[in-house]
Amino acid sequence: MSSPAVAVPSRSKPAASKAKANLSGAPVRRLLAPAVIFMFVWMIVPLVMTLYYAFRRYNLMMPDVTGFAGITNFKLMFIDPTFWDSLINTLVLVGASLVITVSVGLGLAILFNRTFVGRGVARTLAIAPFFVMPVVTGLIWKNMLFHPVYGLLAWVFRHLGLNPIDWLAQYPMLSIIIMVSWEWIPFALLILLTGLQSLPEDQIEAVRLDGANRWQEFRHIVVPHLGQVLYVVVMLESIFFLTSFAEIYTTTSGGPGTATTNLPYYIYQSAFFQYDIGISSAAAIGAVILANIFSIFLIRFVAGNLNAGSRR
Amino acid sequence: MKDRTIGGILLTALAYFVALVMFFPILWMLLTAFKTEQNAFTIDPHFLFVPTLDSFRVALEQGSGYLHYALNSVVSAVVSTLVGLLLAIPAAYAMAFFPTKRTDFTLVWMVSTKFIPAVGVLIPIYLVYKQLGLLDNLVGLTLLFTAMNMPLLVWMVYSYFKDIPKDLVEAADIDGASTLQTMRKVILPLALPGIASAGLLALILAWNESFWSLTMTDHTAATLAVYIASFKSAEGLFWAKMSAASVLTVAPIIVLGWFAQRQMVRGLTFGAVK
Repeated sequence: MSSPAVAVPSRSKPAASKAKANLSGAPVRRLLAPAVIFMFVWMIVPLVMTLYYAFRRYNLMMPDVTGFAGITNFKLMFIDPTFWDSLINTLVLVGASLVITVSVGLGLAILFNRTFVGRGVARTLAIAPFFVMPVVTGLIWKNMLFHPVYGLLAWVFRHLGLNPIDWLAQYPMLSIIIMVSWEWIPFALLILLTGLQSLPEDQIEAVRLDGANRWQEFRHIVVPHLGQVLYVVVMLESIFFLTSFAEIYTTTSGGPGTATTNLPYYIYQSAFFQYDIGISSAAAIGAVILANIFSIFLIRFVAGNLNAGSRR
Repeated sequence: MKDRTIGGILLTALAYFVALVMFFPILWMLLTAFKTEQNAFTIDPHFLFVPTLDSFRVALEQGSGYLHYALNSVVSAVVSTLVGLLLAIPAAYAMAFFPTKRTDFTLVWMVSTKFIPAVGVLIPIYLVYKQLGLLDNLVGLTLLFTAMNMPLLVWMVYSYFKDIPKDLVEAADIDGASTLQTMRKVILPLALPGIASAGLLALILAWNESFWSLTMTDHTAATLAVYIASFKSAEGLFWAKMSAASVLTVAPIIVLGWFAQRQMVRGLTFGAVK
C-alpha cells in the first residue's frame, strides 16, 4: 500500500524528509482540494440527492403532493411493465454489443497485427467510427443506410433479389445494436491491438520451433496474455453500453412501443415527460447499482494496477 | 517480416476490405455532403456525380444557425478542458509527488466517479440548475463537461507525472523553490506532451458529448450535437444538408482522433492497458 512513500527515503533520505516537512500538510491539501471538492459537488452530492428523491413523493405536475414515500416509488417501478422492458432491453443491448464488439474487435486486432503495406491507413480508417459523434451516427444510419426505400441497405437488398427491410421498424433492437457495435468495434480493436503488440514475441518463436500450429499458439500464448486486456475491454464497454442514449434518442426514441427503451431512456422519459421525479430517481438508483456491478471489478483492477505500478 | 504467401495476401485483402466496410458510413456521409438534395435522395444511390459545395453553403448560411451551435461547441469543449486541466494538474501533482496514506484511495475514488452513469445524477442536476438559472446556459454545460472529464484528466496527468523522477522535485525544493515554482518551472515543461495529449482526449470527448447537451440545453447554449439531432424530425428531406453539417462537425474530431490514438488507450483504460 505505502510503497511509494517507502521508495523515496531509500533513494535520498534527507531531501525526502525535508520535502515532507515542507509539503506534507496544508499546501498539498490545498493543491488537491479544488479537484476533490469539484467532483464531490458535481457527482457525489447529486448522487445522494437522487437517492433522497427515490424515497420521496415528488411529481412536478403535482407540487402539493410531497413527503416521505417509503419504498412506494420502487414498488410502482416494479409493477411498471415498461421498467422491466427497459431492464431487459438494457441487458440485451449490453450483452449483444459486447459479444459483437469483442469478437469482431479481436478478429480485426489479429488481422491488423500483421505487417502489410498500407497497414497504418487501413487501421486508421477502421478506427474512425469511434470518433464520430453518436448523434451523427444515429442520423446517418437511420436515414442513409437503414431507410427502407432510399437507404443504401435497401438498394443492396434489392440487388441481391431480397425484400428490403424496414430496419428500425422490423428489427429495432438489432438496428441499435448494429449502430452501437459500429461505434465501439474500433475501441475494442484499438485496445486489443495494443495488447497484442505487447505479446511476448520470444515465447511465440519458441512454441513455433516446438511445432505448435496457429491454433495452439493462439490458445496457449495469445489467449492468456490477452485475458487481462479482454477483461478491461469487457468491463469498460459494459459501463458505456449501459448508458447508451444518443443513438436511441435520434433514431427510435425508445420505440416502436418499448422495443428500444433502455434504462437511461426510461429514466429520461419518466423525468422529462411524466415529470415523476420519485420514480425516475428510483430507476436511476437501479442504473447506478447495475453500473456498480461492473465498475467494482474494474476499480479493483485499476487499484491493483496502481500498486503494481509503484513497485516497479 | 512480410507475408507473401497466398494466405498472407488474402489476409491483407481482408484487412483492407474490413477497413473499408467500417469506414463506409463515414465515406457515404462525405459523398452525400457533396451532392445536391435531389442527388442525395434517390432510390438508386448515385456513386458518380458532379460534386457541389451547395449543401455546405446551405448548412453554413445565416438562417441555419450552424455557427451559433459551433461556437457553443468550441467554447464548451475548450473551456471545460482548460478548467479541467487547471484543477487536475495541481491535484495530480500533489498525488504523484507527495503521496500520503490516503492518496491511493483519493485517486481510485476520482477514477470511480467516471463510472457513475450520467442518468444517476441527471435529475438533481437538472432541478438544481433550473433553480440557479443554469439550464440552457453555457457556463452550466461547460462545468458538466469539466466534471465528466475530470477523472480522466486527473488520472492521465498523474500517470505522466509518475514517469518523472521525484528527485527533481526534491532538488528544486532544496534550492528553495516554492511549490508553485517547482510545478511551473520544473515539472510542467517535462510533462507538457503528456498534458497536451490528456487535454486533446478531453477535448474530443467534450465535443462529442451528447447526453448532457440534449437534456440540459435547448437553444441558447445548445451545441452541435443538439443541432444535428434536430435533423431527426425532418426525415428524408435534407440529407445533403444534414450530411454537410455532420461532416463539418465530425471531420475535425476524426483528424484530431487519429493523432490521439495511443494516448486514448492509456487514458480510457485508466492505465490498465499500455
